Amino acid sequence: MNEIPYLDLYYALRPFLMIVAGAFGCLAIDMASLRHFNGPITRNKTVGMLTVVALLAACVPVCWQIGDEPESLLGHTLVVNNLSLIFILVILAFTIITAVISMNSNIGGHAGEYYCVLLFAAVGMMVLVSSEELLTIFVALELTSICLYILTAAQKGVLRSQEAALKYFMFGAIASAFLLFGLSYVYGLAGTTDIRAIAGALGTGKASPLLAVALLFVLVGFGFKIAVVPFHLWAPDAYEGAPTPVIAYISTASKVASFFVLVKILVLSFVNLKGTAFLCHPASGWSLVLAVTGTASMIFGNVVAIVQRNTKRLLAYSSIAHAGYILIGLVAANETGLTAVLFYVIVYGLTNLGAFGVVAVLAEKAGGDDLEHMNGMARRAPFLSFLMLIFLLSLAGIPPLGGFFGKFYLFAAAVQRDSQNFGLLWLVVLGIVMSAVSLYYYLIFLKHMYVESATDNTPITTAPHLNAVLAAAAFGVVLFGLMPQNILELLKGLVGQL
Amino acid sequence: MYLDWTIYLSFIGAAIVMVLPRDARRLIRWVSITTGVAGLWIALFGFVQYNGMVDDLISTTGSGFVKVVDVPWIPLLGSRYHLAVDGINLPLLVLNGIVCVTGILFSWNVEVRTKEFFAFFLTLIAGVYGVFMSMDLFLLFVFYELAIIPKYFIIAIWGSTRKEYGAMKLVLYSFIGSAAVFVGLLALYFAGGGKTFDMLELAKHPVAHQLQIWIFPLLFVGFAVLAGMWPFHTWAPTGHVAAPTAASMLLAGVVMKLGSYACLRGAMLLCPSGFQYWQMEVAWIAVIGIVYGAAVALAQKDFKFIIGYSSVSHMGFVILGLATLNLKGMSGAVLQMFSHGIVASLLFAVVGRMVYDRTHTRQLDELGGLQKALPFAFWSFVVGGSASIGLPGFSGFVAEVNVLVGAFAVSPWLAVAAASSIAVTAAYILNALHKVFFAEEEHAKKAHAHAGHAADHGHGAGDEGEPRWRLPWISVPEVIAAMILMALLVVIGLFPSIMLDMITANVDLFLKGLAR
Repeated sequence: MNEIPYLDLYYALRPFLMIVAGAFGCLAIDMASLRHFNGPITRNKTVGMLTVVALLAACVPVCWQIGDEPESLLGHTLVVNNLSLIFILVILAFTIITAVISMNSNIGGHAGEYYCVLLFAAVGMMVLVSSEELLTIFVALELTSICLYILTAAQKGVLRSQEAALKYFMFGAIASAFLLFGLSYVYGLAGTTDIRAIAGALGTGKASPLLAVALLFVLVGFGFKIAVVPFHLWAPDAYEGAPTPVIAYISTASKVASFFVLVKILVLSFVNLKGTAFLCHPASGWSLVLAVTGTASMIFGNVVAIVQRNTKRLLAYSSIAHAGYILIGLVAANETGLTAVLFYVIVYGLTNLGAFGVVAVLAEKAGGDDLEHMNGMARRAPFLSFLMLIFLLSLAGIPPLGGFFGKFYLFAAAVQRDSQNFGLLWLVVLGIVMSAVSLYYYLIFLKHMYVESATDNTPITTAPHLNAVLAAAAFGVVLFGLMPQNILELLKGLVGQL
Repeated sequence: MYLDWTIYLSFIGAAIVMVLPRDARRLIRWVSITTGVAGLWIALFGFVQYNGMVDDLISTTGSGFVKVVDVPWIPLLGSRYHLAVDGINLPLLVLNGIVCVTGILFSWNVEVRTKEFFAFFLTLIAGVYGVFMSMDLFLLFVFYELAIIPKYFIIAIWGSTRKEYGAMKLVLYSFIGSAAVFVGLLALYFAGGGKTFDMLELAKHPVAHQLQIWIFPLLFVGFAVLAGMWPFHTWAPTGHVAAPTAASMLLAGVVMKLGSYACLRGAMLLCPSGFQYWQMEVAWIAVIGIVYGAAVALAQKDFKFIIGYSSVSHMGFVILGLATLNLKGMSGAVLQMFSHGIVASLLFAVVGRMVYDRTHTRQLDELGGLQKALPFAFWSFVVGGSASIGLPGFSGFVAEVNVLVGAFAVSPWLAVAAASSIAVTAAYILNALHKVFFAEEEHAKKAHAHAGHAADHGHGAGDEGEPRWRLPWISVPEVIAAMILMALLVVIGLFPSIMLDMITANVDLFLKGLAR
């Protein structure tokens, strides 16, 4: 074992340390003074502000590191390269938006603990995207998951929140068990936990049954994280019951990190077990499994979303469907496809975060989060309704918004994969048809906001900093659609180095 | 040429309207009309300029295109922000400008949520300008889809008669159509090597015939859904009827042309041999649409549904003209796009704004005798109806004769079947004219009989000395807008060469390009 490079480690870990410090700071300030002298709203705002400051501070060293020589510390336990740094930035940005939404929502009476756990979840995700070692990945995944279970139950007195948390926890725990079991098989077969070394150790020969089981278990574990059919059952209930900012976080940042790791593990470790999902001559492997689950997710998510009457459940099913779209890129698994996956998770995350942010604010003011409560919002809160228009149309894939371009690129990758025989065209056709289905329920959502008239016409005022953050998210969504070139080129270059 | 500013100005106009205060309705209207007129002015200026240079241009460069703007947009995909004009899309740009201006004038009385109405309206206009000028398939698709969404809100918020159903049906039909286009577009792109979306580049190297055979229907049918091609036309009548006046004008006048234009530029240009393979099928489907639309229009009881189905019938002529694949037929098709745009706008304005907004009914049986109450509406309908029937002297005549001559060259039966619809058209237009504007006695009789049943000494409407209708006069904006539309019908009808010459010159190049 080499000597541990403490100084390098310290430099690489600065952003993580800042956030951990911020987390303890939140707890400390809440324990020491706020809880005794201030009301819940002031507590929420003050601690939230501290959280945002800690996250912003963490962005600074990350930005410094971008462009430096890639390095990996302690084997591949901690890998610092541009790709991981960009995803750390994305996670930090998403956490900031979540924190700002939380500051303006009802998150239960424990502001200090809430933000502390939120920051720990962020640390977990950051480690997740910057590690290439299975054990660390698992530990980071657990850190994130446990934090998210706690956040789901943040509204202590609300039964629905407790139910959601319990359901989420039960499913999550089982999925983790599958994942760990699968990873232990992988270790047993390959003799290493280093992602990059596994592929070589497994060899290119025919897959043993044990390896197939290991792969399947890993896919089950991640299938839960990204909420694809048939591992989606927790999602609608958790989405409906949990505090909205928390669900915004689970459905975006956590998904970004999970997809990132899934891509990395599948492409680096199981590259020889890829198989194909071509219509005429499929070959068994993970891309076939993902094609099947992706198809099921697209169909199930979109069709069931049509009948939903609750905004959060609707968005839950829509996010199941979107996970299905993203899997198309992973099934294609070429350079374009992986770029598309990364591009899409970022755009989708930003869009969904914005949509949940608007829902969080409006639902609170309207007294409920059913579609009926959104009636006439275009009159009551024209600005937020306009932002919601952008977010939902982006989710539906209407140009020139980011969601459209993301989908376009995903589908393009699938066509490109086998451009002689168009073997993956069936997935593309299905995805496009399902997009048309999804437009229906997004328009129904917008119809409630724009067409229906409200019983109560009092204008809704919202905090300017919240408006600014949501507007920035919407701006990002538009920008990703209008000028995708730079970010695509960047991601493509980085995927090439993977 | 500054024609790209038509797009930007419309977007800017929409943005300005959006930030204006809600209650400043006058200001909002004036900003909108200024935007519309500016767009029309630019389009007209481009049209006149092009008209002067078209012959030189073609003889020197061998191509009818004038570049408007061409910069890389997404180099990774090979997609460019490439706008260009030629003799085929310039008339349509002018059409869009005219329908925009007259649509705003006919919407002068929108009092409910005025601001949002004009914001959506101008966004739609901008998208349409974009589609007509795009020379990049990806860009065209982007503008094409961008134009779908505002329609939903305009119809669902300001419409009438099952407006939410009509709006959703229209949007989903268009979106499913564009989904088919999307698949075709991706297949075409990757089969062509995945380097460029530029339509002129792609057209130079058509993909293999085997591929074209299935890519062409995807593109053509996908686009033709929006052109109201039978049997995918059912969104059109319900959508037109549900829409507020300006939106009906825009839908029938311009948006349906988006479909047929994209068929020409997208499907036919890029899959020439696929098109030749399917030519007769397309032609006969078009003829079915022509005859079916006219026949169904004849059976309607609702004034607006008559015009709605007549649009399906007239758009059938456009598709038939394209399907002839000869100079006469295709030139006629392009002129028919323009002509029908104006006719449909005028007729929908008469039905929706002049009649329905005043009488609050569109049932033929309930209307009647409007000739005295609304003489201007009557004359507008006479002019619009004559052009619709295809009387000589109106633009519809020139366009449809060209299409029929072209169709005759392909197969006489096509021309005979299509021409038979003209008699039916005359029947439903005259029937509507009679029932809405005359037929006073019938109504009086009916009212009398009804009153007689109710009470023995009834004096129902239609009694002597008491006019049946007491309606507000036709307002100034309506008169201006209707005059513009009527003047155009007559001018193009009497001097078709203003437009037909440049269309023919460019269609000729287009056909030569296909033959190569």
